[in-house]
Amino acid sequence: MAQRDEPVDGHRTAIVAAWVVTFAIAAIAVVPLLRLATSFDSPGAMSLFEPYILGILRFTLMQATLSAVLSAALAIPVARALAKRQHFPGRELLLKLFAVPLGLPQLIAVLGIISVYGKEGLLNDLLAAAALPLLPAVFGLKGILLAHVFFNFPMAVRFLLARLETVPQENWRLAASLGFRPVDYFRHLEWPNMRLALPGVFSLIFMLCVTSFTIVLTLGGGPQATTLEVAIYQALRFDFDPALAARLAGLQIALCALLLLLLQRFSVSVATPPRLRISVMRPDGDDSHGRLFDALAILLGGLFVAMPIGAVLSDGLGADFGRLLGDQTLWRAAGWSTVIALTAALLATTAAATLAQAIARSDARRASVFRLAGNLVLLIPPLILAAGAFLIVHQNFDPQKSALFAVIIINAMMALPFALPVLEPAFRTSFETHERLAASLGMRGFSRFRLIEWPTLKPSFALAFLATVLISLGEFGVIAFFGSERLITLPLLLYQRIGSYRFNDAAGVALILLLLCLALSLLIERKMLFATRPPA
Amino acid sequence: MTNAVLQIVALTFRYEDMQMCFDLDVERGEFVAVMGPSGAGKSTLLSLIAGFEKPLAGRVVWEGTDISTWRPADRPLSILFQDNNLFAHLDVFTNVALGISPSAKLNDEQRKVVATAIGRVGLTSYAARLPGELSGGERQRAALARILVRRKPLLLLDEPFAALGPALKKEMIELVKELQVELGLTILLVTHDPLDAKVAASHTAFIHRGRILAKRKTEELFKSRDIPALRDYLGET
Amino acid sequence: MTRFLSLTALILWLMCLSAAAGTLTIYTYESFVTDWGPGPKIKSNFEKQCGCTVKFVAIQDGVAILNRLKLEGASTAADVVLGLDTNLVAEAKALKLFAPHGLDPAGHSAPGWTDDVFMPYDYGHFAFVYDSDSLKKPPESLAELVEGGAKEKIIIEDPRTSTPGLGLLLWMKVVFGDRASEAWKTLRPRILTVTPGWSEAYGLFTKGEAPMVLSYTTSPAYHMIEEKTDRYKAAKFSEGHYVQIEVAGMIQSSKNQKLARKFMDFMLQPGFQDVIPTSNWMWPAGKTSKPLPKAFDLLIKPEKSLMLDPETVARNRKAWTDEWLNATSQ
Repeated sequence: MAQRDEPVDGHRTAIVAAWVVTFAIAAIAVVPLLRLATSFDSPGAMSLFEPYILGILRFTLMQATLSAVLSAALAIPVARALAKRQHFPGRELLLKLFAVPLGLPQLIAVLGIISVYGKEGLLNDLLAAAALPLLPAVFGLKGILLAHVFFNFPMAVRFLLARLETVPQENWRLAASLGFRPVDYFRHLEWPNMRLALPGVFSLIFMLCVTSFTIVLTLGGGPQATTLEVAIYQALRFDFDPALAARLAGLQIALCALLLLLLQRFSVSVATPPRLRISVMRPDGDDSHGRLFDALAILLGGLFVAMPIGAVLSDGLGADFGRLLGDQTLWRAAGWSTVIALTAALLATTAAATLAQAIARSDARRASVFRLAGNLVLLIPPLILAAGAFLIVHQNFDPQKSALFAVIIINAMMALPFALPVLEPAFRTSFETHERLAASLGMRGFSRFRLIEWPTLKPSFALAFLATVLISLGEFGVIAFFGSERLITLPLLLYQRIGSYRFNDAAGVALILLLLCLALSLLIERKMLFATRPPA
Repeated sequence: MTNAVLQIVALTFRYEDMQMCFDLDVERGEFVAVMGPSGAGKSTLLSLIAGFEKPLAGRVVWEGTDISTWRPADRPLSILFQDNNLFAHLDVFTNVALGISPSAKLNDEQRKVVATAIGRVGLTSYAARLPGELSGGERQRAALARILVRRKPLLLLDEPFAALGPALKKEMIELVKELQVELGLTILLVTHDPLDAKVAASHTAFIHRGRILAKRKTEELFKSRDIPALRDYLGET
Repeated sequence: MTRFLSLTALILWLMCLSAAAGTLTIYTYESFVTDWGPGPKIKSNFEKQCGCTVKFVAIQDGVAILNRLKLEGASTAADVVLGLDTNLVAEAKALKLFAPHGLDPAGHSAPGWTDDVFMPYDYGHFAFVYDSDSLKKPPESLAELVEGGAKEKIIIEDPRTSTPGLGLLLWMKVVFGDRASEAWKTLRPRILTVTPGWSEAYGLFTKGEAPMVLSYTTSPAYHMIEEKTDRYKAAKFSEGHYVQIEVAGMIQSSKNQKLARKFMDFMLQPGFQDVIPTSNWMWPAGKTSKPLPKAFDLLIKPEKSLMLDPETVARNRKAWTDEWLNATSQ
């Protein structure tokens, strides 16, 4: 493990900034929780450890573990195939497509999945045409896993791929010159590098699945499939027992914090210098070794992601766009969606970068405090964040006017955990590579960030920013709480239209949301990566 | 001129706007410095010889055989880069062992060979360390140990000592020269520093805008007046 | 510090109030105020009549409105709350925020409801809507549905998270009484999935995942009027159908009492009621100026409207939900 110098003078600001972010997160996340827990008397309808809750807890952890293991495991062959094969047609488009599920509201993803795997879905049509036996119904644990993998596997691929792209060119060349076979590439280069990203990817997916709600209930097939999040929702909404809801959220946070800390033990630090170039020429790139396997991995992984998205697209094409596009509300929703997503993403990425650069400068214990701060937000149900924030906002400010800020801040909080696993390893690597030199040149603060970190970390920033933009785009829970006639986003509009039977309109809105996701992801990666590509 | 063990014949490559075409003969046991301004195509030349890049045309001939379509691993050479010559998560011993078998699974005899090589470069007590725990010079020594066990007759050095201090650099060059004698190596050293060429190389080739303008005995090349680009490069007008 | 903040809040609040004179603030659920919902027309109709401004505050749904009132307490900005259903009324009353409406408690056509605080504006019956293309012989009673076997699946909503889900829970309770738990166990194999809300259930249904879904007797009207198809029908059950009544009430602390009362009165007039059938897809609770569209004549009319009184529901909801959980979980 790389040795760290004792913090020198210039580190103090970095660490202090991270503490500020940590306390801000705590204030925004925990204060509402406590406020809710203490503001109302609990009717005491439910205790924390009755069999109902314990059963739910078991199911929550089980499905989240399975979902995370599956998503990460499936991402490994696809990420390595994509890293190796840099030049097949449609690679860029495929990578953009892999970013889209993050930005889809869960209901739309579920309907997309049903269009493919459902009783009257695409696959069954094909099977019926070929006179083959039909698929079993997608409901139950397998439905939940299918949907969770659809959401999270593409994100895992992007994160692992980003890690593989930090492997220095010389290593690939060396491997070629030493006569590595595919299995040696995997053992000595691909796996050790992906392994660095896996704990972060795994915990992120795990937490997302712990807090999954719509997917679990809709595809779960019955109340035996219930997550803690459902119990929290029930406690807060139907039983209006905020104290119980806060306690349940506390239980969820405590359990996952434990798991995160355990996982951190597996993350090891190995310094590999960051690179300026975006695409590495892999000497083994057109190797015929494993070509069939790689092609299969890319094809199946691609189809798995593309088919439900395609279904959303084709459903959307049936909408009456003449009317839809003439509707002012749609444009207002698209505008607010973009504004909220970009602002929240900017906030989230900045906060994540602040934490990441401090983690790079910290010993293990302090690093894990910062890391937890950046991750645990995901475990506080948005409904609780929103309700708590509402309570505070309502008692102190004009709710109509501060709704926008509350929505942006909560969105940023919820997006932060997506930026951190990308930025943290990148900053750590950069720190280990440049620290001595930068210190010796007396470079500090922002000028150091601008000259040293920013140019080399740009690809990581692009990915982190993209992930946070998309996650905010698809967000629904918070805006539903704060939204008003004026403040409306595309997901909210979509749910509203469904709420009054207008599934066709909703499909059109979903299509527009999907295109917005694609456009933003294209724009962000183009602007941040290619416009500033260093001259050779 | 058939003594040449390595012949590079009209080896053509294009990188962005620059068209390159290399011709070079190297005799067995020569230590050739490939010198020139940055961006002249020095590293590209090594990449082409090593097989990391595919030439548009031309040949790389080793002992009379055209090897330009061979896979990198099959070519009779080892290469040492300026950086990242080691796999960061593997200890020194395993990194060296990869020179014998890509699976790094060795029998007792092979392990002895690896240990000897590590001893030869003076890293015996560092065998279990990770590259991140070594200094820059130690890392390059470890990489040299792997070259030792690979026993390939041609060694390509891509500015491997550029980041080292003068004393350390001198020490490393001495070590390489010793290994050259022990193993009978033919060496190409890419450098932008004329001093390296003077200290290390029996011969020096001058490369300019994708062409090799001359290859002569080192002291002759530095004395020669017939290559204006070289005079400009050396700052002697 | 707290005192300073609450003082600031108070001042802000007073400023808002003075600025809002002649403005009626109505809390309602989201789908009510969307462009194609009843809100916009009702707003302009009422504004013409009262010379005031109507301001809708859209909150997700009935449950969320109630929770919003609980969070805000007496400092709520609402003058009128529109969109609670009868199952929420007991809890809403317990907040002691509402004032009697002062109208004739029986001056509406919603079945089985008289109350001096909450006035109905529309109602509907829960029903299983089926796809007549894939289901030729729908069940004719709840009992038949329960015992019909697992071949034709149904999609239902979760009583823990949704209004229709709670409606079915109560419907089963009214029809089967103490045997409700048994009935749920018998029904269980027929349930394809239990969704968190109506949107997910109806979405799966229109995708063809199951031939039957828990919805409303009025759902087919939408398909007939907007999509010109009579493919989707509601199954009429001989035991009767559980009814959902949507009500509105006035806030006691409101500074716009007069205006609020005026609105409550307007609510049962044609200016409001005409808009309801084809935008809220529910039955109007008051007089309309012209007969309802033909599609409404084609809808099933339950022989009997079933309903439990709000206090009974409030008292037993937790126990009945547990009973449901036990019966339907594996």
